[in-house]
Amino acid sequence: MVRLSDLSEADREHLLAKDCSRLEGAPFVTGPPLARRRIAIVTTAGLHLRSDDSFGFRTAEYRVIPSDVATRDIVMSHTSVNFDRTGFQADTNVVFPIDRLRELEQAGAIASLARYHYAFMGAYHAPAAYEAGAREVAGYLREDAVDAVLLVPV
Amino acid sequence: MRENTEKIAPPRALWVPFELGRPFGAPDDPEFQLKVLRAALDLLAAESGPVLADFPEDAPPAPSADGGEGWVCPVAFPPPPADPNDLGAAVQAEIGGLAPWYQESVRARGRTSVGAGDLDIEQAADYAARFLESSPETGREAVVRLKYAIEDLKAFYGEAATARPGASSLDIADWMWNETALGRLMRQLAAVLGEFGDADLAYFAEKSLVPRKYR
Repeated sequence: MVRLSDLSEADREHLLAKDCSRLEGAPFVTGPPLARRRIAIVTTAGLHLRSDDSFGFRTAEYRVIPSDVATRDIVMSHTSVNFDRTGFQADTNVVFPIDRLRELEQAGAIASLARYHYAFMGAYHAPAAYEAGAREVAGYLREDAVDAVLLVPV
Repeated sequence: MRENTEKIAPPRALWVPFELGRPFGAPDDPEFQLKVLRAALDLLAAESGPVLADFPEDAPPAPSADGGEGWVCPVAFPPPPADPNDLGAAVQAEIGGLAPWYQESVRARGRTSVGAGDLDIEQAADYAARFLESSPETGREAVVRLKYAIEDLKAFYGEAATARPGASSLDIADWMWNETALGRLMRQLAAVLGEFGDADLAYFAEKSLVPRKYR
Protein backbone atom coordinates (compact mmCIF):
# COMPACT_ATOMS: atom_id res chain seq x y z
CA MET A 1 0.00 0.00 0.00
CA VAL A 2 2.19 2.75 -1.29
CA ARG A 3 2.01 5.57 -3.79
CA LEU A 4 2.99 4.46 -7.28
CA SER A 5 4.88 7.72 -7.67
CA ASP A 6 7.07 6.88 -4.66
CA LEU A 7 8.36 3.68 -6.25
CA SER A 8 11.25 3.16 -8.64
CA GLU A 9 10.19 2.36 -12.19
CA ALA A 10 11.37 -1.24 -11.77
CA ASP A 11 9.32 -1.68 -8.58
CA ARG A 12 6.31 -0.04 -10.17
CA GLU A 13 6.37 -2.31 -13.22
CA HIS A 14 6.93 -5.39 -11.09
CA LEU A 15 4.03 -4.68 -8.74
CA LEU A 16 1.59 -3.62 -11.44
CA ALA A 17 2.25 -6.91 -13.27
CA LYS A 18 1.03 -8.96 -10.28
CA ASP A 19 -1.91 -11.31 -10.62
CA CYS A 20 -4.73 -9.30 -9.08
CA SER A 21 -7.81 -11.28 -10.01
CA ARG A 22 -11.07 -9.93 -8.67
CA LEU A 23 -12.42 -11.86 -5.69
CA GLU A 24 -15.22 -14.09 -6.92
CA GLY A 25 -18.71 -13.55 -5.62
CA ALA A 26 -18.07 -10.10 -4.11
CA PRO A 27 -17.84 -11.48 -0.54
CA PHE A 28 -19.11 -9.14 2.16
CA VAL A 29 -20.53 -9.72 5.62
CA THR A 30 -21.51 -7.44 8.45
CA GLY A 31 -21.14 -8.15 12.15
CA PRO A 32 -21.41 -6.77 15.66
CA PRO A 33 -20.03 -3.36 16.67
CA LEU A 34 -16.26 -3.13 17.02
CA ALA A 35 -16.47 -3.20 20.82
CA ARG A 36 -17.93 -6.70 20.61
CA ARG A 37 -15.45 -8.11 18.10
CA ARG A 38 -12.73 -10.69 18.72
CA ILE A 39 -9.83 -9.81 16.46
CA ALA A 40 -6.89 -11.67 14.91
CA ILE A 41 -4.00 -10.47 12.79
CA VAL A 42 -3.07 -12.33 9.62
CA THR A 43 0.10 -10.92 8.09
CA THR A 44 2.12 -11.71 4.99
CA ALA A 45 5.29 -10.21 6.50
CA GLY A 46 7.07 -13.53 7.08
CA LEU A 47 7.01 -13.11 10.86
CA HIS A 48 7.56 -15.90 13.35
CA LEU A 49 8.84 -16.61 16.81
CA ARG A 50 12.59 -16.57 17.20
CA SER A 51 12.36 -20.20 18.35
CA ASP A 52 10.51 -21.26 15.16
CA ASP A 53 12.17 -22.40 11.96
CA SER A 54 12.66 -19.56 9.48
CA PHE A 55 10.40 -19.55 6.46
CA GLY A 56 11.77 -21.74 3.72
CA PHE A 57 12.73 -20.28 0.36
CA ARG A 58 9.77 -19.76 -1.97
CA THR A 59 7.25 -21.26 0.42
CA ALA A 60 3.51 -20.82 1.02
CA GLU A 61 3.53 -22.16 4.59
CA TYR A 62 2.44 -20.18 7.64
CA ARG A 63 3.50 -19.68 11.24
CA VAL A 64 1.47 -19.32 14.44
CA ILE A 65 2.03 -16.32 16.73
CA PRO A 66 0.45 -16.62 20.19
CA SER A 67 -1.43 -13.56 21.38
CA ASP A 68 0.66 -13.21 24.54
CA VAL A 69 3.89 -12.99 22.51
CA ALA A 70 6.56 -10.52 23.58
CA THR A 71 7.57 -8.38 20.60
CA ARG A 72 11.24 -9.11 21.32
CA ASP A 73 10.53 -12.74 20.39
CA ILE A 74 9.26 -11.92 16.88
CA VAL A 75 11.64 -12.00 13.91
CA MET A 76 11.11 -11.72 10.15
CA SER A 77 12.35 -14.13 7.49
CA HIS A 78 10.86 -12.82 4.26
CA THR A 79 12.19 -13.67 0.81
CA SER A 80 11.66 -10.24 -0.74
CA VAL A 81 14.36 -7.60 -0.45
CA ASN A 82 12.21 -4.90 -1.99
CA PHE A 83 10.69 -3.34 1.11
CA ASP A 84 12.06 -1.41 4.06
CA ARG A 85 13.05 -3.39 7.14
CA THR A 86 14.49 -0.59 9.25
CA GLY A 87 11.01 0.30 10.54
CA PHE A 88 10.48 -3.26 11.76
CA GLN A 89 13.98 -3.34 13.21
CA ALA A 90 13.09 -0.33 15.34
CA ASP A 91 9.53 -1.29 16.29
CA THR A 92 7.59 -4.52 15.67
CA ASN A 93 4.31 -2.60 15.81
CA VAL A 94 4.92 -0.76 12.54
CA VAL A 95 4.28 -4.14 10.87
CA PHE A 96 2.45 -6.19 13.51
CA PRO A 97 0.42 -3.86 15.76
CA ILE A 98 -0.03 -6.25 18.66
CA ASP A 99 0.65 -3.66 21.37
CA ARG A 100 -1.81 -1.23 19.76
CA LEU A 101 -4.50 -3.93 19.69
CA ARG A 102 -3.82 -4.72 23.35
CA GLU A 103 -4.34 -1.04 24.13
CA LEU A 104 -7.67 -1.07 22.27
CA GLU A 105 -8.67 -4.21 24.19
CA GLN A 106 -7.80 -2.61 27.54
CA ALA A 107 -9.76 0.50 26.57
CA GLY A 108 -12.79 -1.64 25.67
CA ALA A 109 -12.70 -0.49 22.05
CA ILE A 110 -12.53 -4.14 20.93
CA ALA A 111 -13.82 -7.13 22.86
CA SER A 112 -10.77 -9.38 22.79
CA LEU A 113 -7.78 -10.63 20.89
CA ALA A 114 -7.66 -14.04 19.26
CA ARG A 115 -5.67 -16.73 20.99
CA TYR A 116 -3.40 -16.98 17.95
CA HIS A 117 -2.39 -14.78 15.05
CA TYR A 118 -0.97 -16.09 11.77
CA ALA A 119 1.87 -15.12 9.46
CA PHE A 120 2.49 -16.09 5.85
CA MET A 121 5.53 -15.17 3.78
CA GLY A 122 3.97 -13.24 0.92
CA ALA A 123 6.38 -13.45 -1.97
CA TYR A 124 6.99 -15.47 -5.13
CA HIS A 125 3.81 -17.56 -5.28
CA ALA A 126 0.56 -16.66 -7.00
CA PRO A 127 -2.41 -16.32 -4.64
CA ALA A 128 -3.74 -19.83 -5.40
CA ALA A 129 -0.69 -21.40 -3.71
CA TYR A 130 -1.82 -19.96 -0.37
CA GLU A 131 -5.38 -21.26 -0.56
CA ALA A 132 -4.86 -24.52 1.36
CA GLY A 133 -3.06 -22.74 4.21
CA ALA A 134 -5.58 -19.92 4.21
CA ARG A 135 -8.50 -22.35 4.50
CA GLU A 136 -6.74 -24.12 7.36
CA VAL A 137 -6.16 -20.84 9.18
CA ALA A 138 -9.77 -19.75 8.57
CA GLY A 139 -10.91 -22.94 10.30
CA TYR A 140 -8.71 -22.25 13.33
CA LEU A 141 -9.98 -18.66 13.50
CA ARG A 142 -13.57 -19.87 13.42
CA GLU A 143 -12.87 -22.37 16.22
CA ASP A 144 -11.45 -19.48 18.26
CA ALA A 145 -14.67 -17.45 17.73
CA VAL A 146 -12.78 -14.72 15.86
CA ASP A 147 -15.15 -12.43 13.99
CA ALA A 148 -12.77 -9.84 12.53
CA VAL A 149 -9.38 -10.30 10.91
CA LEU A 150 -6.86 -7.56 10.30
CA LEU A 151 -5.05 -8.57 7.10
CA VAL A 152 -1.70 -6.79 7.03
CA PRO A 153 0.56 -6.86 3.98
CA VAL A 154 4.09 -5.57 4.20
CA MET B 1 -0.88 -0.48 -3.95
CA ARG B 2 -4.22 1.16 -4.49
CA GLU B 3 -4.28 0.14 -8.16
CA ASN B 4 -3.96 -3.56 -7.28
CA THR B 5 -6.49 -3.37 -4.45
CA GLU B 6 -9.03 -1.80 -6.84
CA LYS B 7 -8.67 -4.83 -9.12
CA ILE B 8 -8.96 -7.41 -6.34
CA ALA B 9 -11.87 -5.58 -4.67
CA PRO B 10 -11.60 -7.09 -1.17
CA PRO B 11 -14.63 -6.48 1.09
CA ARG B 12 -12.91 -3.72 3.06
CA ALA B 13 -9.50 -2.16 2.50
CA LEU B 14 -7.65 0.87 3.79
CA TRP B 15 -5.10 2.34 1.42
CA VAL B 16 -2.16 3.96 3.17
CA PRO B 17 0.48 6.19 1.54
CA PHE B 18 3.43 4.73 3.47
CA GLU B 19 6.55 3.10 2.10
CA LEU B 20 6.54 -0.64 1.63
CA GLY B 21 7.54 -2.39 4.83
CA ARG B 22 5.73 0.08 7.11
CA PRO B 23 2.00 -0.62 6.93
CA PHE B 24 1.33 1.31 10.16
CA GLY B 25 3.36 4.29 9.03
CA ALA B 26 6.10 5.05 11.51
CA PRO B 27 8.11 3.10 14.08
CA ASP B 28 8.09 4.30 17.69
CA ASP B 29 5.00 6.43 17.11
CA PRO B 30 2.18 4.64 18.97
CA GLU B 31 -0.23 7.52 18.47
CA PHE B 32 0.11 7.49 14.70
CA GLN B 33 0.00 3.68 14.53
CA LEU B 34 -3.20 3.72 16.56
CA LYS B 35 -4.74 6.23 14.18
CA VAL B 36 -4.02 3.93 11.22
CA LEU B 37 -5.30 0.90 13.09
CA ARG B 38 -8.52 2.67 14.10
CA ALA B 39 -9.08 3.79 10.52
CA ALA B 40 -8.79 0.16 9.36
CA LEU B 41 -11.02 -1.25 12.10
CA ASP B 42 -13.66 1.44 11.55
CA LEU B 43 -14.27 -0.09 8.11
CA LEU B 44 -15.91 -3.03 9.87
CA ALA B 45 -18.93 -0.81 10.44
CA ALA B 46 -19.60 -0.50 6.70
CA GLU B 47 -22.96 -1.99 5.74
CA SER B 48 -22.07 -2.70 2.12
CA GLY B 49 -18.99 -2.96 -0.05
CA PRO B 50 -16.48 -3.37 -1.41
CA VAL B 51 -15.03 -0.44 0.52
CA LEU B 52 -11.68 1.08 -0.40
CA ALA B 53 -10.89 4.00 1.89
CA ASP B 54 -7.86 6.28 1.76
CA PHE B 55 -5.89 7.09 4.90
CA PRO B 56 -5.54 10.88 4.68
CA GLU B 57 -2.13 11.50 6.27
CA ASP B 58 1.45 10.83 5.28
CA ALA B 59 3.70 9.16 7.83
CA PRO B 60 5.53 11.63 10.05
CA PRO B 61 9.20 11.96 9.07
CA ALA B 62 11.91 10.30 11.14
CA PRO B 63 13.26 12.60 13.85
CA SER B 64 16.39 14.34 12.65
CA ALA B 65 19.47 14.55 14.83
CA ASP B 66 21.45 16.84 12.56
CA GLY B 67 19.13 19.72 11.75
CA GLY B 68 18.52 18.32 8.27
CA GLU B 69 22.14 18.43 7.11
CA GLY B 70 22.05 14.86 5.84
CA TRP B 71 22.85 11.63 7.59
CA VAL B 72 26.29 10.09 7.79
CA CYS B 73 27.01 6.80 9.49
CA PRO B 74 28.29 7.55 13.00
CA VAL B 75 30.79 4.69 12.85
CA ALA B 76 34.30 5.27 11.59
CA PHE B 77 35.16 1.90 10.13
CA PRO B 78 38.64 0.49 10.72
CA PRO B 79 41.09 0.59 7.80
CA PRO B 80 40.41 -2.06 5.16
CA PRO B 81 42.21 -5.39 5.57
CA ALA B 82 45.66 -5.92 4.06
CA ASP B 83 44.14 -7.64 1.05
CA PRO B 84 41.54 -5.21 -0.35
CA ASN B 85 39.92 -8.08 -2.22
CA ASP B 86 39.27 -10.05 0.96
CA LEU B 87 35.65 -9.00 1.35
CA GLY B 88 35.04 -11.50 4.15
CA ALA B 89 37.73 -9.85 6.28
CA ALA B 90 36.43 -6.40 5.39
CA VAL B 91 32.92 -7.33 6.53
CA GLN B 92 34.27 -8.82 9.76
CA ALA B 93 36.10 -5.53 10.38
CA GLU B 94 32.89 -3.59 9.81
CA ILE B 95 31.03 -5.86 12.21
CA GLY B 96 33.64 -5.07 14.85
CA GLY B 97 33.25 -1.36 14.23
CA LEU B 98 29.46 -1.49 14.40
CA ALA B 99 29.26 -3.80 17.42
CA PRO B 100 29.13 -1.09 20.12
CA TRP B 101 26.23 0.64 18.33
CA TYR B 102 24.45 -2.64 17.71
CA GLN B 103 24.73 -3.39 21.43
CA GLU B 104 23.41 0.06 22.25
CA SER B 105 20.46 -0.54 19.90
CA VAL B 106 19.63 -3.83 21.65
CA ARG B 107 19.88 -2.16 25.05
CA ALA B 108 17.70 0.81 24.11
CA ARG B 109 15.09 -1.16 22.15
CA GLY B 110 15.07 -4.21 24.37
CA ARG B 111 15.09 -6.42 21.31
CA THR B 112 16.86 -7.28 18.09
CA SER B 113 15.51 -8.47 14.77
CA VAL B 114 18.77 -10.34 14.15
CA GLY B 115 18.06 -14.04 14.48
CA ALA B 116 16.19 -15.20 11.37
CA GLY B 117 19.16 -17.42 10.56
CA ASP B 118 20.94 -20.08 12.59
CA LEU B 119 24.45 -18.57 12.55
CA ASP B 120 25.90 -15.91 14.83
CA ILE B 121 26.84 -12.70 13.09
CA GLU B 122 30.56 -13.45 12.54
CA GLN B 123 29.68 -16.94 11.29
CA ALA B 124 27.06 -15.42 9.00
CA ALA B 125 29.67 -13.13 7.42
CA ASP B 126 32.11 -16.02 7.03
CA TYR B 127 29.46 -18.31 5.55
CA ALA B 128 28.34 -15.71 3.01
CA ALA B 129 31.91 -14.87 1.97
CA ARG B 130 32.68 -18.54 1.30
CA PHE B 131 30.15 -18.49 -1.54
CA LEU B 132 32.41 -16.12 -3.48
CA GLU B 133 34.63 -19.13 -4.22
CA SER B 134 32.22 -22.07 -4.26
CA SER B 135 29.06 -23.26 -2.61
CA PRO B 136 29.88 -24.84 0.78
CA GLU B 137 26.54 -26.68 0.66
CA THR B 138 24.03 -27.56 -2.03
CA GLY B 139 20.27 -27.60 -2.29
CA ARG B 140 17.57 -25.77 -0.39
CA GLU B 141 19.52 -25.81 2.86
CA ALA B 142 22.32 -23.76 1.31
CA VAL B 143 20.08 -21.06 -0.09
CA VAL B 144 17.99 -20.78 3.07
CA ARG B 145 21.07 -20.55 5.29
CA LEU B 146 22.73 -18.03 2.98
CA LYS B 147 19.56 -15.96 2.62
CA TYR B 148 19.06 -15.58 6.35
CA ALA B 149 22.77 -15.14 7.07
CA ILE B 150 22.56 -12.11 4.80
CA GLU B 151 19.27 -10.88 6.27
CA ASP B 152 20.83 -11.10 9.74
CA LEU B 153 23.88 -9.15 8.56
CA LYS B 154 21.64 -6.43 7.11
CA ALA B 155 19.61 -6.31 10.31
CA PHE B 156 22.80 -6.04 12.38
CA TYR B 157 24.06 -3.16 10.23
CA GLY B 158 20.65 -1.47 10.17
CA GLU B 159 20.10 -1.65 13.91
CA ALA B 160 23.62 -0.40 14.62
CA ALA B 161 23.25 2.51 12.20
CA THR B 162 19.88 3.57 13.64
CA ALA B 163 20.92 3.33 17.28
CA ARG B 164 21.22 7.10 17.09
CA PRO B 165 18.28 8.96 15.53
CA GLY B 166 18.42 10.88 12.28
CA ALA B 167 18.60 8.28 9.52
CA SER B 168 15.76 7.64 7.10
CA SER B 169 15.22 4.20 5.60
CA LEU B 170 16.68 5.53 2.34
CA ASP B 171 19.80 6.81 4.15
CA ILE B 172 20.38 3.36 5.61
CA ALA B 173 19.79 1.53 2.32
CA ASP B 174 22.05 3.91 0.32
CA TRP B 175 24.78 3.57 2.93
CA MET B 176 24.57 -0.20 3.14
CA TRP B 177 24.51 -0.83 -0.61
CA ASN B 178 26.89 1.90 -1.75
CA GLU B 179 29.36 2.48 1.06
CA THR B 180 29.97 -0.76 2.96
CA ALA B 181 31.96 -3.92 2.34
CA LEU B 182 28.75 -5.83 3.06
CA GLY B 183 27.14 -4.07 0.09
CA ARG B 184 30.09 -5.04 -2.11
CA LEU B 185 29.93 -8.62 -0.84
CA MET B 186 26.22 -8.87 -1.64
CA ARG B 187 26.67 -7.44 -5.15
CA GLN B 188 29.57 -9.84 -5.85
CA LEU B 189 27.51 -12.77 -4.61
CA ALA B 190 24.70 -11.73 -6.96
CA ALA B 191 27.23 -11.84 -9.80
CA VAL B 192 28.65 -15.30 -9.06
CA LEU B 193 25.92 -17.44 -7.48
CA GLY B 194 24.21 -18.04 -10.81
CA GLU B 195 27.28 -19.88 -12.05
CA PHE B 196 27.14 -22.75 -9.55
CA GLY B 197 24.53 -24.76 -11.44
CA ASP B 198 21.99 -24.61 -8.59
CA ALA B 199 18.54 -23.35 -9.60
CA ASP B 200 17.64 -22.07 -6.13
CA LEU B 201 20.93 -20.21 -5.71
CA ALA B 202 20.52 -18.74 -9.20
CA TYR B 203 17.00 -17.55 -8.38
CA PHE B 204 18.20 -16.11 -5.10
CA ALA B 205 21.03 -14.27 -6.85
CA GLU B 206 18.73 -12.81 -9.48
CA LYS B 207 15.65 -11.94 -7.43
CA SER B 208 16.20 -12.07 -3.71
CA LEU B 209 19.58 -10.59 -2.97
CA VAL B 210 19.95 -7.09 -4.39
CA PRO B 211 16.85 -4.84 -4.29
CA ARG B 212 15.60 -3.80 -7.73
CA LYS B 213 16.57 -0.18 -7.12
CA TYR B 214 20.22 -1.07 -6.41
CA ARG B 215 20.73 -3.54 -9.29
